[in-house]
Amino acid sequence: MVLIHCPWCGDRAELEFRHCGEAHLVRPADPAALDDAQWAEYLAFRDNPRGWARERWRHVHGCGRFFNALRHTLTDRFAATYKPGEAWPEPPA
Amino acid sequence: MSGFSAFRLLREALRGQSGWGPQWRSPEQPQPAYDVVIIGGGGHGLATAYYLAKEHRVGRIAVLEKGWIGGGNTGRNTTIIRSNYLFPESAALYDHAVQLWEGLSQELNYNVMFSPRGVLMLAHNVHDEQSFRRHVHANRLAGVDNEWLDAEACRAFCPPLDIAQQRYPVLGGALQRRGGVARHDAVAWGYARAASALGVDIIQNCEVTGISRGADGAVNSLATTKGEIRVGKVGVVAAGSTSLVMAMAGVRMPLESFPLQALVSEPVKPVFPCVVMSNTVHAYISQSDKGELVIGAGTDQYPSYSQAGGVQILSHTLEAICELFPMFRRMRMLRSWGGIVDTTSDRSPIIGLTPVPGLFVNCGWGTGGFKATPGSGHVFAATIARAEPHPIAAPFSLDRFATGRLIDEAAAAAVAH
Ligand SMILES: Cc1cc2nc3c(=O)[nH]c(=O)nc-3n(C[C@H](O)[C@H](O)[C@H](O)COP(=O)(O)OP(=O)(O)OC[C@H]3O[C@@H](n4cnc5c(N)ncnc54)[C@H](O)[C@@H]3O)c2cc1C
Ligand SMILES: [Zn+2]
Repeated sequence: MVLIHCPWCGDRAELEFRHCGEAHLVRPADPAALDDAQWAEYLAFRDNPRGWARERWRHVHGCGRFFNALRHTLTDRFAATYKPGEAWPEPPA
Repeated sequence: MSGFSAFRLLREALRGQSGWGPQWRSPEQPQPAYDVVIIGGGGHGLATAYYLAKEHRVGRIAVLEKGWIGGGNTGRNTTIIRSNYLFPESAALYDHAVQLWEGLSQELNYNVMFSPRGVLMLAHNVHDEQSFRRHVHANRLAGVDNEWLDAEACRAFCPPLDIAQQRYPVLGGALQRRGGVARHDAVAWGYARAASALGVDIIQNCEVTGISRGADGAVNSLATTKGEIRVGKVGVVAAGSTSLVMAMAGVRMPLESFPLQALVSEPVKPVFPCVVMSNTVHAYISQSDKGELVIGAGTDQYPSYSQAGGVQILSHTLEAICELFPMFRRMRMLRSWGGIVDTTSDRSPIIGLTPVPGLFVNCGWGTGGFKATPGSGHVFAATIARAEPHPIAAPFSLDRFATGRLIDEAAAAAVAH
């Protein structure tokens, strides 16, 4: 179990949070204009990196708000959490 | 290497077991070129190589493994084998595997300790019961055995089960009698030994670090920690690492990799006659031939390559096990570990061709691919050899995510195995 920093509530136990997948995926503005492969790309295909990952989280058992995080998928270390709409931070060297 | 027989066992017993040699060849260095290279020396990769060598004329074959064979999920799983999946495509695939399991020790001349002791899936609520009954009907139509037991019959089949407790009431269960367990390491070793005897090179400590493509776009060579290898065809069977390996060829995958954990108790005398799974409370249990209780837990909520999971996942599972089987409350747990499983959004595997000519992929088995090992290797070998999907593999193509023909076992079963 890890400690996660909610941008609004501060450090809380992982149990209070829900992981919500890869961050910064933008729903295509005009889905009908996409072909099947592009739509599949949006729905199912993911970076799944080994290293720094940008992901969406939600503080479900707290303030209920969504935020983004930069987390390392080998060490599970969180480098930063940031509010929706904010630019993503650069991964630590 | 000579075969195993009762005569040899007797002879070795009299000679102090001094006559056993290595069971497969593991050359330090790969050849400069192969017709087919399998990336990943887990059960699925080794089975693929074995069936390629046995049933198809494809020339020189190698299996490249970055660590030791069977050291991935093959050696980390809870070995539950069953085929009572909902959809006809899945039932065909997994039952093909169960049929191969039934004769596998003879086929490989290696005891994989397949033990069809029955897999009982518990229903704890009305939804479970309706869903399992639907599975039972669908399976029977597909020719796969599965039967509904009421709560008393569940207890008769598995006496340690407490059906009177209030926390997780047992309404009944779905039982597949042909299901069971096998010895995970022996599966990797048995396939390695049989493949090696047919001329397959098994190269350990050989990590693939790059995939090159020629002017025609087809794969033509691999960069590895043991040098460059020219290749005709490549089969990627790298489980949790599939996204990373496929990225080397410029192919993105519809996968996410999660840690899945298991644990074993101190060994005790035989107390547990079958396999019991409870999807709703997330606990799976059987007893190994060594006497350990083998307990499977859930996945962590976030993707990770750490091969370790959160301790809260384990304690949740143990709480459930202690409710269902109060006699285990004082058991001590000896070891726990994690493996990295690659999951698709429909919880069905991907077996087949890729957009890159000569590159094939077998992945996405998620939390439940051990049971499929022989069938997966068998249909994937045919797919690679003919460069077209084996009929059983065809529905599991990568392009189902674009066509929308998903095989949604995720919705059908809600979870694991
Ligand atoms: C805790 C746990 C419990 C499970 N329980 C069950 C169960 O009860 N029943 C069931 O059916 N399934 C179960 N599974 C799932 C099952 O273990 C897997 O689906 C199955 O073993 C996958 O087989 P594989 O041979 O593809 O994978 P692996 O055995 O993981 O083989 C993949 C291999 O590829 C190698 N590799 C990766 N990258 C490279 C590279 N770049 N170069 C060279 N080699 C590479 C890895 O080292 C690894 O050895 C469980 C999994 C876990 C983790
Ligand atoms: Zn919060």
